Amino acid sequence: MTEREIKKGIKELSPIDVYMLLPRTNCKECGEANCMAFATKAVNREVSIEQCPPLLEKKYEKAYGKLREMMAPAVKEIIIGTGNHAVKVGGKLVLYRHEFTYHNLTPIAIEVTDEMAEDELLDKVRKADGFSYNYIGREVNLDMIAVRSTSNDPPTFKSAVEKVAKATELPLILCSFSPNVMEAGLVAIKDRNPLIYAATENNWRDMAELALMYNCPLTVFAPNNLKLLRSLAKTMIEYGVENIVLDPGTFPDEGLSDTINNFTMVRRNACNKGDKLLSFPILGTPITAWIGKKAPEDMLAWKEAYVASMLMSRYADILIMHSLDGWVQLPTVIWRFNIYTDPRKPVAVESGLRIFGEPDENSPLLLTTNYALTYFTVESDIKAAKLNCYLVVVDTEGISVESAVAGRYLTAEKTADAIKESGIEQKVKHRHLIIPGMAARLSGEIEDLSGWRVIVGPRDSSGIPKLLSEKWPPKEE
Amino acid sequence: MGEEKKKASIKVSPELLELLSKFQEIELEDVDIEVGDLEIWLQPTTAVAAPPRVVAPPPLKVKPKAILEEDFIPPIEEYSGSVLEVKLGATKGEGGSRGKTVMIGGATSPAFYMFERPPPHAPVVTLDVFDMAISLPKAIRMHVQEVMEDTAAWAKFAVEKFGAEMVTVHLVSTDPLIKDTSPADASKTIENVLQAVDVPLIVGGCGDPKKDVAVFKKVSEVAHGERVVLSSLTLDMAEAGILGDVAKAANDNGHTALAFTALDLNQAKELNRRLYEFLPKDRILMDLTTAALGYGLEYSFTIHERARIAALMGDQELQHPVLSGTTNSWAAREAWMKMGPEWEPRELRGPLWETVSALVLLLAGVDLFMMMHPAAVKTMKEVVEKLMSTGKARPEKIADWVTVKI
Repeated sequence: MTEREIKKGIKELSPIDVYMLLPRTNCKECGEANCMAFATKAVNREVSIEQCPPLLEKKYEKAYGKLREMMAPAVKEIIIGTGNHAVKVGGKLVLYRHEFTYHNLTPIAIEVTDEMAEDELLDKVRKADGFSYNYIGREVNLDMIAVRSTSNDPPTFKSAVEKVAKATELPLILCSFSPNVMEAGLVAIKDRNPLIYAATENNWRDMAELALMYNCPLTVFAPNNLKLLRSLAKTMIEYGVENIVLDPGTFPDEGLSDTINNFTMVRRNACNKGDKLLSFPILGTPITAWIGKKAPEDMLAWKEAYVASMLMSRYADILIMHSLDGWVQLPTVIWRFNIYTDPRKPVAVESGLRIFGEPDENSPLLLTTNYALTYFTVESDIKAAKLNCYLVVVDTEGISVESAVAGRYLTAEKTADAIKESGIEQKVKHRHLIIPGMAARLSGEIEDLSGWRVIVGPRDSSGIPKLLSEKWPPKEE
Repeated sequence: MGEEKKKASIKVSPELLELLSKFQEIELEDVDIEVGDLEIWLQPTTAVAAPPRVVAPPPLKVKPKAILEEDFIPPIEEYSGSVLEVKLGATKGEGGSRGKTVMIGGATSPAFYMFERPPPHAPVVTLDVFDMAISLPKAIRMHVQEVMEDTAAWAKFAVEKFGAEMVTVHLVSTDPLIKDTSPADASKTIENVLQAVDVPLIVGGCGDPKKDVAVFKKVSEVAHGERVVLSSLTLDMAEAGILGDVAKAANDNGHTALAFTALDLNQAKELNRRLYEFLPKDRILMDLTTAALGYGLEYSFTIHERARIAALMGDQELQHPVLSGTTNSWAAREAWMKMGPEWEPRELRGPLWETVSALVLLLAGVDLFMMMHPAAVKTMKEVVEKLMSTGKARPEKIADWVTVKI
């Protein structure tokens, strides 16, 4: 039995286990009230043990070592790039999302080649760099650029890598199986800590030398061959390469099943079997959907998109993609955002009354739930239309309107209470409440319990301005 | 120092280097060190500090001269439980009139753990049709426009044109807030559909517990022996004291119940316990709620993973096949709304939204999918087929992807 197997799983780790190894002086240097509070946060991964200054002193060296081993994630965390744009990959603690929050969301690298015309190349890099979508009040971006050498010519690759590095601060992945080409790229961006892609059974020795010489993380690539993948990982470790990324191969068509199974086996081995050779981040290449090009471009982009989401659901820690189209990337980055949220907490906002613009005693009163996605959607629609209004946010335990109505998290009773508690009755003269279209079912009961007249609003909050222009102020009956 | 990304070229001893490597950030002010000849980068106040950059590698024991051969053993685990098999639809010989039946469930491992134990049955897609012309996103409407006024024709279209293995008839017109059509009208609709197509059916209600019970009771009689799925039975019905009526009608007429709960496994177990009083276990499916991508799909994903693992670990109250109302994906505005030109065309964005939702839930263990867009349905079927067969990966196909011209 390996040490890893007898070691407590991440889930079973208790604050006491950590506390016992801390200095226990309650010095507060970490900013916490005492060592136990710090231990609790450390177990929840809200602080790192390095944030305890005394622990780093010589006399606690042994305890620090033990803590580091105890807290080490099942999958090694690797840094690619430098500075503000560096990405952390891997660092996973568990196999299933419900066991513990997934850490370090999967960076998406957009691919360019060294044979693209300069303007085309720079245009794609800048577009990837500038990709941005505002999702529930958070900006979602793309994270890396992968430069492929299709020319197989060192000077050509070097020149392309230089251009890309100049155009963006995003971390880079250098892709070539030729050590000469790779070195030309590495020379161009010595100081950028790129990821090398990739060492194979043919070029492993030269690639290992390059990884050591330039001190960069290195990918090992063994398509559909986990035995070889482990052997290469072992060889690299013995060679002195510490930061390894694993690519078991992405087969978007025939072999999709093998792909998903390989990714799953690698991660299960790392998380549950203590397999040190597979305890590294996994790299997926949905870009392989474009190989062969037998179908129209839309079909290939479509395939690339769904393979990306499948791989992220099955443990990919980095993805390399070709398509930059918004319709391809939007579901991909949103799904990525979603699975990296804390599964223990519904994404909820505070309930209560919100005031928009400068409403007066005749301004409309709207209602929604405290599910963050619902709330931010409604909020952005109200703000975009510059409405003056009140909004009552009902505590539905972070459940969206439709599900909250079905699951009885949003009821007439809760609505009536929320209205009463909000103090809105002192703020407006009218008694007309606009409820979401998805809660139409509750109209009658809300009227009976709250004494407010109900106006059923649109099913999607983008329809609020239209509704108000047609139905507000309400006609007296 | 102090400015971001200012390069500091200083000389440090190996001891200091060792120490530095333990720290994410370090502040050096007015320091002048001159030992050894190593160069490092210092980047104060950066979000993620890079490892110190060492040009000369540390000396090594012995570098391997050949690949160090390691073995790989698939990580197989044993489970005490398994998912029940449930048959949908009944042929003539079985007391119904379907051309063929559909079997789902039976999993003995997490979804598509082919290396462990392949599932005995592939997940299945059922196409949604409605008993009246309802408002649908344009991307879907354009495919079904011509049949929207005739439920039976719509069902036939779903089977013949889109290759539906099953059809779900949503009796939305029975909603007291919509048309309030009668249970007798609803039954007539179901009879027509049963005659128009020979695939197994799911009968969807309107969501009003009392009305649904009345409609399901009547439909159960009319469709006697057809082993339809009643979608859905809820704890609201239990609360209103009418769950028994409908569950009994389902059992008496040989149908299957879909037990719907809202993202809560304790509720799912409770509802199942109540249904066990009336129905055999292999005539119960679960709907644990499918939220749209961007609007809570991750909750659905995780609850399905949890339910499936609990079932395999031996929780008998969760050992039922699960259904996802994947058409809910279209509730996400990103699926249908006109956005800026950089996010278009929405004719692709919308069905991709549904496809991604379906596929991630496929990996979480869902057995039966209610879907709508033909492109999403087609992709889903192709992917299921691919996932069901292993050993087809050919390394040479992707081995040189790096140099492929796209």
